[in-house]
Amino acid sequence: MWNYIKLAVLGIAVVLFGLAANYGRDFGYQVHALIFMAAAAITFIYTLRTTGDVKPKPEGYFDGVVRYGVIATAGWGVVGFLVGTFIAFQLAFPQLNFEFLQGYGNFGRLRPLHTSAVIFAFGGNALIATSFYVVQRTSAARLWGGGLGWFVFWGYNLFIVLAATGYLMGVTQSKEYAEPEWYIDLWLTIVWVAYLMVFMGTIFTRKEKHIYVANWFYLSFIVTIAMLHIVNNLVIPISILGSRSVMVMSGVQDAMTQWWYGHNAVGFFLTAGFLGMMYYFVPKQAERPVFSYKLSIIHFWALIFIYIWAGPHHLHYTALPDWASTLGMVFSVVLWMPSWGGMINGLMTLSGAWDKLRTDPVIRMMVISVGFYGMSTFEGPMMSIRAVNSLSHYTDWTIGHVHSGALGWNGMITFGALYYLVPALWNRQRLYSLGLVSWHFWLATIGIVLYAASMWVTGIMEGLMWREVDSQGFLVNAFADTVAAKHPMYVVRATGGVLYLTGALIMCYNLVMTVRRSPVKADEAAAVPAE
Amino acid sequence: MDYHILREFADSWVLLAMFVFFALVVVWAFRPGSRKEHRDTADIIFRHEEKPAEKEART
Repeated sequence: MWNYIKLAVLGIAVVLFGLAANYGRDFGYQVHALIFMAAAAITFIYTLRTTGDVKPKPEGYFDGVVRYGVIATAGWGVVGFLVGTFIAFQLAFPQLNFEFLQGYGNFGRLRPLHTSAVIFAFGGNALIATSFYVVQRTSAARLWGGGLGWFVFWGYNLFIVLAATGYLMGVTQSKEYAEPEWYIDLWLTIVWVAYLMVFMGTIFTRKEKHIYVANWFYLSFIVTIAMLHIVNNLVIPISILGSRSVMVMSGVQDAMTQWWYGHNAVGFFLTAGFLGMMYYFVPKQAERPVFSYKLSIIHFWALIFIYIWAGPHHLHYTALPDWASTLGMVFSVVLWMPSWGGMINGLMTLSGAWDKLRTDPVIRMMVISVGFYGMSTFEGPMMSIRAVNSLSHYTDWTIGHVHSGALGWNGMITFGALYYLVPALWNRQRLYSLGLVSWHFWLATIGIVLYAASMWVTGIMEGLMWREVDSQGFLVNAFADTVAAKHPMYVVRATGGVLYLTGALIMCYNLVMTVRRSPVKADEAAAVPAE
Repeated sequence: MDYHILREFADSWVLLAMFVFFALVVVWAFRPGSRKEHRDTADIIFRHEEKPAEKEART
C-alpha cells in the first residue's frame, strides 16, 4: 500500500518538475528542475520494479548505506581535492582561467565548488556514513526507520549535485558556505529532518543503558546544523519559478547571522561531528577505551556552550558593535581550553599503546589528525584576538589556518576512519597494503606542511605590505605589488595540494584493492575455539 | 530578530543560568560512584561489533 502512495507522489513530482523546467525563468533553475525530475523518475522506476517483492525481514546492522557512504566520501574527496588543487594553480598562473570556460570554469565559480565539495560532500558524507555506523554499534540496535537511511544518503547526495552544478551556473546567494539557493536549501531541510529522525530513532531504540559520548557529539552536530541552516537561509524567493531570492535580514544583522552560521558550521559540522568520529575510531583502532570518559563529558558540554558565541570574531573592525566582537573574541580564546581537553583525551587514549604508532600507520594518521586539531584550535583563538586579526584578516594566513584544520584534522581523521571501515564493512581480514597507507600518510603530511607554511609566509607578508606607510604617511605598496610578491608561495601551496591529492588517490587504490584482493575474514563461529 | 537578542543573552540571568547548568554538569560527572559507570560506558564500543544485542542490556 505504502508503495502505491509513493508511486503516486513520485509520478506527480515528475510532472511538476517537468512543468517547472518548461516555465523556469532562468537557465540554472531549468537545469535543476530537470535534475529533480530525473531523480524522481529514477526513484519511480525503482519503486515500480520492486513493488510486490517479498522482502526478507532485515537482520543485523544496516550497513549497506554505510558502504555507499564510504564510497561517496572517497569519491567526493578526490573531486574536492582535485578542484582545490586546480584553483590553487589558477591563483599562481591566472592563464588557467581559460577564455573558453569564462562564466563556468574561472576561479570565482570553482572556488565555492571546491569548498562545498570538501566540506559538505567529502565531510558530510563521511559524517553521515560514520554516524550511521557508530550509532548502531554503540546502541546495539539496527538503524531506525527502515529505508529512511537510504533516503538520507541519496537525498543528501542529490543536494550536493544541485549545489555543485548551481555554483558553475551562478545559482548562488553569495553567502560563504551557504551558497545554495532557496529550493536547494528547502530540499536539504527535508533530508536533514529525516537524518535527525533516523539518528534519534536509533538512540531511542538502543539496547545499551547509556548513550556513548560519540553519539552526543553527532547529535549536537545534527541539531545545531539544522538550526543554523534554517536561520541563515531565511529568504524570500522572487518567483517560485526562478532561482533568485532576497535575504530577509540586511546589513550588519545579515553579516552577524552569516558569521554566526559560518563559525558554527566550523564548530559543529567540522568539529563536533568529527569529534564523534574521534571518540569512536581512535579507541577502536588503539583497542583501548577512551582515556577519560569524565573529560569527554566536560569536553562536550564546554565545547557546545562556548562555540556558539565565537562567530563575531569574523567581523572585527566592521559595523558590528564593539561589545559583540569583544564577546566573540573572548569566547574564542576561552574555547582553546575545551579544544585542548579534547585533544589530550584523544592522544592519551594511546597511553600504554604508544608502540602502535610504530607499527600501525592508520593510528599514526589518527594521531596526527588530533595533533592538527590541537594546532589549529590554538591558532584560531590567537587569530581571533583583535590586534592579531588586524594583521591576519583578509590575508592568506586565514586560508592557511582553515586548511591546517580541514586537511590536517578533518581530512586525516576521515582517512583513518575509512581505513578502519572498509575492512570491517566488506568483511576483510585487513587492508590490502599498510605500505601504501604509509605513503598516503607522508604525502598528505608533507602536503599540509607545504600548504600551511607557505600561507603563513605569504599571509603575514601581505598583511605587513598592506599596512606599510612611508615617512609622509603614504601607502608604500600597491595591491598588485602584494600579488606579485606572493607568486612563489602560491606555487609551493599548489605543490602541497598535488601531494595531498596524490595521497588520496593512493588511498582509493588501496581501498579498492582491499575489497577485491584482501582475504575474507573467516566465519566467526569457525574461528572461536570451544570453551 | 537582530543581534540585540545576543546582547540580552550576554548580560542577563540567561548567562548565569547557562553557567550554573555547566557547573552542575561538571559536578555531576565527578559525583561519587561515577567511575564504575563511566568505565562501563567507555567499553560500549567493544561489545556489539558484529550484530545488535538480542535482549535489553538496559536496566
